[in-house]
Amino acid sequence: MLCMLCQKKEARVHLTDVKNGKIKKVDLCEDCAKAKGVDDPTGFALADLLLGLGAGEELTAGGTEGAEPACPACGLTQSDFKKAGRLGCPTCYETFAEGLAGMLKTMHKGTRHVGKVPRGLKLGREVQERLQALQRSLEAAIAVENYEEAARLRDAIKQLRENPGAVVAG
Amino acid sequence: MKLLDFLSPPTEAAQRAGPGNRIVLSSRVRLARNVAGFAFPGWAKKAERQRVCELLREAVVRQPQMRDGFIATLEGLSALDKQILVERHLISREHAAKGAGSALVLSRDERLCVMINEEDHLRMQALLPGCQLKEAWLAIDELDTGLEQELDYAFSHTLGYLTACPTNLGTGIRVSAMLHLPALVLDEQITQIIQAVNKLGLAVRGLYGEGTEALGNVFQVSNQMTLGESEIEIVERLAKVVAQIIEHEENARARLLENRPKMIYNHVGRAYGILANAHSVSSKEAINLLSLLRLGVDLGLLPDLRRTLVDELFMLSQPAHLQLRHSEKLSAEERDILRADMLREALREVRRPLSPPPAPPVDKPPAT
Repeated sequence: MLCMLCQKKEARVHLTDVKNGKIKKVDLCEDCAKAKGVDDPTGFALADLLLGLGAGEELTAGGTEGAEPACPACGLTQSDFKKAGRLGCPTCYETFAEGLAGMLKTMHKGTRHVGKVPRGLKLGREVQERLQALQRSLEAAIAVENYEEAARLRDAIKQLRENPGAVVAG
Repeated sequence: MKLLDFLSPPTEAAQRAGPGNRIVLSSRVRLARNVAGFAFPGWAKKAERQRVCELLREAVVRQPQMRDGFIATLEGLSALDKQILVERHLISREHAAKGAGSALVLSRDERLCVMINEEDHLRMQALLPGCQLKEAWLAIDELDTGLEQELDYAFSHTLGYLTACPTNLGTGIRVSAMLHLPALVLDEQITQIIQAVNKLGLAVRGLYGEGTEALGNVFQVSNQMTLGESEIEIVERLAKVVAQIIEHEENARARLLENRPKMIYNHVGRAYGILANAHSVSSKEAINLLSLLRLGVDLGLLPDLRRTLVDELFMLSQPAHLQLRHSEKLSAEERDILRADMLREALREVRRPLSPPPAPPVDKPPAT
């Protein structure tokens, strides 16, 4: 039997995962097993098992080369995530956004939240997006020193924040 | 207050009835929530975990639904207490393994249970008897709405509620129904049903959830996807699937009685024979045989036996509940003997099953 990853060498490490009555087998050669961290039984990429083979790969691909990026808020690295299959803190979703996007697509029905929103954050998605757009225009206006426009945008943002229900022109 | 003084005794707990509990044993809706600005429990340092635990416990006990509830830290509970809570489906096995920095709050009526610092900061569930998925959702939604006024939840407008595992992201909801499906198992249709349910993006698990076997022909059906679909859509979709499974189970029961009555009488009769006469029964065997006895009751084969008694014995046959009735620590062999004694005693006045049954079953399947 050949290694599933390199397709060259003989598979020596065999893993079996049973999930929902379906059996998933992973057969790797010693080199690939080492590269995936499978030779260390505690360090096996649990994310791969939990989320399907290749999930961990995607995360790694999303990061920068060289030193392993870590979440600025909690210090979790991609290999920590691969090991435990759990993220470290809410900020990790921004830190690892790129790699997570593909994973979420295969895991869920959609990639955008529909459903309950905490009352305190009920500014609503559209208002939120509109605020962000206004903010960007404001920054652009300031950058080109168009202060008249900037003042207008600043007022619009203020108005929208204070009264999100009202229709704001422009 | 001690846990055992707080929990209703098994006899009382088994009396709790709900619509459709001929097949649907219970309905559960669980929400996962985290507080912004803190690491998730599995990654947080001990001091941070304890701070979050304190903060959350205070917010949870202030909710009107949790008044006069049971509050405990996990290190304050004995191994037996924890196992009892698992057998009552009030906490997960994962939570039972936790110690310092984790806690639980259980409402007076035992319908709401909040696990603090399980995999997420908050795992709150509503557990109702019978088929009441929507009611369970409404109950837990109300508690969550109360809590969000005091807590700053980790929430993103695009990704929803942020959870430690991306599989719970979005709504953080897990809706599940516990189903008793003996006829689908006897008729060997269960594998097909499980496959069909899996294809709909729903999971089928055993008696104690993830990674456990389907003891006693009990199966948990739950949603897997949490992002991209609203809570109510998920609840309704699951309710629809559960209604179909109920119909399949009822059809299988009717068909088996008509086409292979001897097979049913044989299973129910043997189950009765062993439970009423054996002197050593393991919990696994007891639970599997009680399932067949429950089927016998449903089909009118055991007119002396009430379903609530079977449900009570089901609960009492589990290891921690059995240990509870005896002060000294029991070995597995001793438990098997005492379990058999308890079952023989409980079934002493119950006459052997009829064959064939006098009239069609009294219970009607629930109208949904």
